[in-house]
Amino acid sequence: MSLVSEGTDFRGSLGASAGLAEPSLATVGDYVALMKPRVMSLVVFTALVGLAVAPGSLHPLTAFTALLCIAVGAGAAGALNMWYDADIDAVMTRTARRPVPMGRVLPREALSFGLTLAGFAVFTLGLLVSWLAAALLAFTIFFYVAIYTVWLKRSTPQNIVIGGAAGAFPPMIGWAAATGSLSLEPILLFLIIFFWTPPHFWALALYRTEDYARACIPMLPVVAGDKSTRRQILLYTAILAPFGIAPWLFGYTGPLYGTTAVAAGAIMMVLGWQVLRERRPAERASRNLFAFSILYLFLLFAVLLVERGWGGLIARLAA
Amino acid sequence: MSIGIAMSKDNDDDGIVLTEAQKRARRSRSIAIALALAALVILFYVMTLVKGPGVLIRPI
Repeated sequence: MSLVSEGTDFRGSLGASAGLAEPSLATVGDYVALMKPRVMSLVVFTALVGLAVAPGSLHPLTAFTALLCIAVGAGAAGALNMWYDADIDAVMTRTARRPVPMGRVLPREALSFGLTLAGFAVFTLGLLVSWLAAALLAFTIFFYVAIYTVWLKRSTPQNIVIGGAAGAFPPMIGWAAATGSLSLEPILLFLIIFFWTPPHFWALALYRTEDYARACIPMLPVVAGDKSTRRQILLYTAILAPFGIAPWLFGYTGPLYGTTAVAAGAIMMVLGWQVLRERRPAERASRNLFAFSILYLFLLFAVLLVERGWGGLIARLAA
Repeated sequence: MSIGIAMSKDNDDDGIVLTEAQKRARRSRSIAIALALAALVILFYVMTLVKGPGVLIRPI
């Protein structure tokens, strides 16, 4: 059962207004916003790393096609998320200006846009690159929309723990696009993003608790309280740090990655400890952890790209 | 924001009359769709050339 209180039913207008088509004022920019371009850029970056560190050769145009399809697939998932979540987006400060709650894009338009993009992205990836990668992309979109958005987000404080898997798949899709198979290395990249998600989003939720509570989203600080969330953040950070180092420990990367992962992991632990010691209304430690967590993930994947992927990528482009 | 008020339905013969803003928005969307479809056609064409006879071999 949805925890969101009854109010304006954005999705309800799908059927109610189906027979009375109103001319839309939506611009191309509104449809771009539906695709969550900032999230899309992170997805493309992690997928690029997965693709670049994978063994074997891939034509540059095939690599471009794979990344384009992954980007469009991520955009489709974003549009479908905005279609379903329009009611809670409208009451949250952070999301109130999105195209659907603002009335610039109708819910049924967002739904059609998302489904069309998803179909094109999956089938183009399958036809031109790899059906394994296409299947993973289809599953990722399904997981993000059906499992996270529709089911988990409104029903459990573990929403972003389990739902975080959707954001962790792109390196695996990139790897599958390059090799047509999977192995331990892309699974390690998946696990890094998977365990990175809880401390990242809970740090944000700590200083946006009122926003989530107003929208009746059972984020951990809303349901379990401030103290418990801070403990969970430190716990997941303690799990994340070793997984961050794992690619080096398994011999997949060199000393540059190992040093970076150890140093960045140590900083994450210090920031996680500061979050644990912080008490409301102070929120500086939470903001610091949220900001650094973005840099942490970017650093690890960027160093991986430089150390492992860059040489391979250049050789692949030259082949 | 209601966009329904921009429409004129007084006369059935006139149908829906779009405002200038609605016409501009529709035109920009139409151009974007056309460009996207053209890009898709070019992508499939070039990828077919790149893959050559191997275009039908798609490992799972």
